[in-house]
Amino acid sequence: MNKKIIGIAYVLGDDVDTDQIIPAHHLVYDLDDQKERKLYGRFAMSGTPKQHAGLPCGFIPFVPTGKEESPYSIVIAGKNFGCGSSREHAPVALQMAGTQAIIASSYARIFYRNAVDGGYLMPLECEEDLTVEVRTTDKLEIDLSEKWLMNHRTEKKFYLKPLGSVEDIVMSGGIFKYAKKAGIIHH
Amino acid sequence: MTITEQILATHAGRKRVKPGENIWIDVDFLMTHDVCGPGTIGIFKREFGDNAKVWDKNRVVIIPDHYIFTKDKHAKRNIEILRDFVTEQHLPNFYDVGSNCYKGVCHVALAEEGFTVPGTVLFGTDSHTCTAGAFGQFATGIGNTDAGFIMGTGKLWVRVPETQQFILEGEMPAYLMAKDVILQIIGDIGVDGATYQVIEFSGDGIKNMEMEERMTLCNMAIEAGGKTGIVPPDQKTVDYLGDRVRMDGSLFQSNGDAYYVRSHSYSLKNLEPIVACPFSPGHVHRACDLSEIKLDQCYIGSCTGGKIVDFRAAAKILKDHTVQVKTLIVPSTTQVEKAIQTEKVDGVTLRDIFQNACAEIGPPSCAACLGGPEDTFGRLNNDEVCLSTTNRNFPGRMGTPKSQTYLASPLTVAASALTGRITDPREYLS
Repeated sequence: MNKKIIGIAYVLGDDVDTDQIIPAHHLVYDLDDQKERKLYGRFAMSGTPKQHAGLPCGFIPFVPTGKEESPYSIVIAGKNFGCGSSREHAPVALQMAGTQAIIASSYARIFYRNAVDGGYLMPLECEEDLTVEVRTTDKLEIDLSEKWLMNHRTEKKFYLKPLGSVEDIVMSGGIFKYAKKAGIIHH
Repeated sequence: MTITEQILATHAGRKRVKPGENIWIDVDFLMTHDVCGPGTIGIFKREFGDNAKVWDKNRVVIIPDHYIFTKDKHAKRNIEILRDFVTEQHLPNFYDVGSNCYKGVCHVALAEEGFTVPGTVLFGTDSHTCTAGAFGQFATGIGNTDAGFIMGTGKLWVRVPETQQFILEGEMPAYLMAKDVILQIIGDIGVDGATYQVIEFSGDGIKNMEMEERMTLCNMAIEAGGKTGIVPPDQKTVDYLGDRVRMDGSLFQSNGDAYYVRSHSYSLKNLEPIVACPFSPGHVHRACDLSEIKLDQCYIGSCTGGKIVDFRAAAKILKDHTVQVKTLIVPSTTQVEKAIQTEKVDGVTLRDIFQNACAEIGPPSCAACLGGPEDTFGRLNNDEVCLSTTNRNFPGRMGTPKSQTYLASPLTVAASALTGRITDPREYLS
C-alpha cells in the first residue's frame, strides 16, 4: 500500500447518500464484467444535486461527460458520508472513477464497512471540518503512515484520525485477505 | 446485557460481549435479492472457486424484489443469474419471479416466511434488513463482499454496537402510526443520531403495537444511521410467526445491568402526524403545518408502508371518497395483495375501496420506492411532487433529481390523496 497519496480534491457537503454516489437505475451493470464495471466509474456521483457538486462553487461534474475516470482522486466530505442503501456499487463506483481516498468528518456504517471489507478505498476521518478548509481543485497530499493531510494551496496541515480496530483489515486489503492471514479461512 | 449483546454473545460462543469489541459471529440466515445477489455470487465464486458450495443451503434466502416488472435487459439478466445459482446450488429458499412462490419485497417476505426468528442473526444485502429487529432478531444490512464471505463461511466479524433506548409510553392515538413515531425520532436525533448504534424500543406503547407496526419502527432505524432497530420479543412475536418459524429461537430481553448510551422517552399521546420534507428523512414537520404543499402523486407501498396494516389504515380514510391526485397502491408482497382482496371494512374489500376511490393498484415489488428503471410503476419521471409511505426522500430517490418526495404515514398519505395537498389525517378521522 502506498504511504503517500497526492491528488486533486473534490469537495462535497454533509449526508451524501448512496443514491447521489450511484443512482439506483445504474445498479444493473455486471460488477464482474470489466467493461460494464467501468460504467460505474462513468456515473459516479452523478446523482449529486448540481449546486452541491464540487464545493464551494458547485456545478462541477465529478466525472466529465462521456469519461470513465474523474480528474479528482481525493474526495473531501462532511458528516455521514455514504448514508442510505447497502449498495456496494457505491465504493466500487468511486474506485472505478479513480478515487484513492475519502476524508470525511464521519461515515454511515454500511458504506464504511463496504469500503473497508471490499478493500476499495481508504475511508479516512478528520476532526476538523475540511469542507471549509479545502476547495475543489486544490492539490492535496496525504501521508498514510504519519496520518496527515496537507493542502498545497494554503500549506495548512491537518491530522487524520487513526483507523482504530479496522486498521488490520484496511492494511490487509479487505476482509478476505485479512481472514486468510488470520487463519479464519484456508485455501 | 441488552438484547443485542445477548444475541451476539451466544453467536460468538461467549458469555459476555461489550460494545466496541470486534467479534466473529455465526450467521443463521443470509438474504440477498436481484440488485445485490449477482455481485455477491460473483465475489463468492471469485474467492471460494467456481465449484464452491454455500455454507448451508437452507440458510441462504434469495428474494428477487427490486427490478421485477421492467423491460430493462440488464435487470432481467440479474434475475437469470440468481436462477442459475439457485439451480447449481440446489437452494430451497428462492422466491422466483413469475412462479407460484413469488413474494415481493424481501423484508416483509422474510417475516411471512418465518426467517425472522427471535434471538438469531440475519444479514441481508439491503440496508432495510434491520426491519426484522421487530422480532427480536439481530438483523442488519451488508454489502456484496460481506455477503460473499458469509456464503462461503457462515461467519462475519461485527463490532458490538452500543444501544440507545427509546421508551414509548401510553396508547397510540387513532391518528398516529409507527411511521409518525419513527419520523419524529429521526427528526429529534438526526440522520446520523444513532450511527453504529442499536435503537432498542420498549415501553407499553411497544407491547400494544402490532408486529407490522413494530417492523415500520425498526425499518427506519437505518435512516438515523442505526445498525439495527430491535424490539423485545413477546407472545405477539411468537403468535405472528406461528408454525412458519424456521428454527428454534430465544426470547432475549435486556436485563437489569443493560447499559444504554442514551435513553429517550416518548408519550405517544403527545405525538402528531409527521412528514419528512425533501431531501432528508430527518427534515421533519407536523403534517398540519404543510397544508400549502400541493401534490402530483400519492404512493402507498414498500417495506416501510406497504404491509396489510398500512392498507387497512389507508382504506379507513379512502372509503366512500375519491382521490384528487394520482394515487398508487403497491402491496409489498403477494400475501398482502391477497389480503387486500379479502379483508373488508364495513363489508367492502380493501381492493374495492381503493378502486372505488380511483386509486391504482400495482403488482407487489419495491416498485418506485427507489426509482429504478424508467418503466418502473410509479417512478417520478418529471418534476413531480410525491407524498409517500416509503423510507427515503434523498435527491432523485424515487426517479429524476427534479422530483421531490415527502414521507408520511399511510393515514397521512391517504388523507392527502383526497385533497391533493399535504393533509393531517385528523381532518378525516372522527
